[in-house]
Amino acid sequence: MLEIKNLHVYYGQIHALKGVSFVVRKGEIVTLIGGNGAGKTTTLKTISGLIPLKEGEILYQGESITGVKAHDLVSQGLVQVPEGRHVFPSMSVQENLDLGAYTRKDKKAVKEDLDKVFHLFPRLKERRQQLAGTLSGGEQQMLAMARALMSSPKLLLLDEPSMGLAPLLVREIFNIVTEINSTGVTILLVEQNANMALSIANRGYVIETGRVVLEGEAASLAANEAVKKAYLGG
Amino acid sequence: MTLETKQKKPDGYLMLFLALLILSVNLLLISGKMPAYYKGILGFAGINIILAVSLNLINGITGQFSLGHAGFMAVGAYVSALISIYLKWPLILALLLGAVVAALLGIIIGLPTLRLKGDYLAIATLGMGEIIRVVLLNLEITKGARGLTAIPRSTSIYLVELVAFITVIFTVNLMRSTHGRALLSIREDEIASEAMGINTTFYKVFAFATGAFFAGLAGGLFAHLMGYIAPKNFEFMRSIEILVMVVLGGLGSITGSIVATIILTILPEALRSFSQYRMVLYSGLLIIMMLFRPQGLMGTKELQVREVFRLFGFGGGKNV
Ligand SMILES: Nc1ncnc2c1ncn2[C@@H]1O[C@H](COP(=O)(O)OP(=O)(O)O)[C@@H](O)[C@H]1O
Ligand SMILES: [Mg+2]
Repeated sequence: MLEIKNLHVYYGQIHALKGVSFVVRKGEIVTLIGGNGAGKTTTLKTISGLIPLKEGEILYQGESITGVKAHDLVSQGLVQVPEGRHVFPSMSVQENLDLGAYTRKDKKAVKEDLDKVFHLFPRLKERRQQLAGTLSGGEQQMLAMARALMSSPKLLLLDEPSMGLAPLLVREIFNIVTEINSTGVTILLVEQNANMALSIANRGYVIETGRVVLEGEAASLAANEAVKKAYLGG
Repeated sequence: MTLETKQKKPDGYLMLFLALLILSVNLLLISGKMPAYYKGILGFAGINIILAVSLNLINGITGQFSLGHAGFMAVGAYVSALISIYLKWPLILALLLGAVVAALLGIIIGLPTLRLKGDYLAIATLGMGEIIRVVLLNLEITKGARGLTAIPRSTSIYLVELVAFITVIFTVNLMRSTHGRALLSIREDEIASEAMGINTTFYKVFAFATGAFFAGLAGGLFAHLMGYIAPKNFEFMRSIEILVMVVLGGLGSITGSIVATIILTILPEALRSFSQYRMVLYSGLLIIMMLFRPQGLMGTKELQVREVFRLFGFGGGKNV
């Protein structure tokens, strides 16, 4: 579904990605793990067209999307939930979700998706009239994910959804990610919380200072000594 | 919470109230009983409403910080005045062409500068306004500091009112449309907006160009109302004046802009003997506002006559 080949990205003089390659197959949850500053966010932003690449190729559903703008990819089903909680603070939960369906014309399908989203996030249903800026951190993260679902994604890019959340909420968020995946949405999950990410993913890639240093089945990565030492706190 | 969302739109009472106000003012006008002095103030109020509402589109609704509105106004004023003087086209064509040139300039300047954020954008637009003024000071055809005289005084108060009305209706309808929600989402969170498939660059330039268009119209009306324009009419302080009206009324509130504009146009006239202190008054009002009501008179809400009645104890609806 998504194929990244030899990606090189620069911020001015800084060589942030030094030849990143990986694939995400339809229906999978693939996770990109790595420490702070490894290049995870840069990778996602480059895929969704927010940062230009210097070298390499990005194929989505078999076609090159190199240079396609972020807003054009959304209608093709490639949707990103950016790092940090980017909700529209002085709009209600409902208005946030409506904007999620911004690129869609099929009113009826949008209504059905709204029901699905409320089923996944019952908490948001209770708070649909509340202003998004007054939601708790966890609820805002849920809203950001719910809003992305409203655009009917085929491939969802999640950038550190667990960041700054209490352990119980992290568990809840990851359960929801699994549920989203089971409805047929392919997921590329970027995480520093390698433990959790590997527990729900099919496969994973470890990224360090702009390079993929390790890859494999999630279970075998979780059992790998080097990974355990560097990312799993043991 | 529900109150918050409900109050975003002006109510029917307000429309009725405004209609009555406009009607009575116009009856007075038609009867010929309105002194020329008040007519003048009325004209300026109308022009200022166009300026404030169109700046609100850029600064309030889309959340971009522009300080160059007087520049766009100047372009509209000069282009339309030159057309009237030299080509003797009908007023409407002159006004429209002035506005279109202002809008084109908005696009040309908007494309590179709208990548800037906050303070940087403010400085860039400020610079743009000053460049326009300096160009007008130095061009042969604009007659430098002396300005253009003998512009046909073909604008009537009715036309100013009409254009102000159109500006308000256009902006209110825009806000309620899908495009309006796209503009609002940029103010709210640009990153999320782009991630949701909204072409943020396009919408920012669109807001900038549309704001410039209406500012250009206001400039054209101004030129044909006064019959005389000079670069000093479009100095940086003019941009600040418009900005004060928008901020005072509440960034994003159209009715707020209108109320603040009327107050700020009439107040200095009423306090005529202090007129040299006008900018002091504005600054003072701004400081008081920032201390006690930083969201402006109306915040992002729209004025509700029902609420005003309630404020004065006329019941009218359930108590909150
Ligand atoms: N806007 C930027 N300008 C310059 N350098 C940046 C910018 N964003 C990220 N970087 C650098 O690129 C590298 C990768 O950053 P990032 O992709 O955000 O890492 P991660 O998401 O894995 O924490 C880091 O060294 C970071 O300092
Ligand atoms: Mg990151």
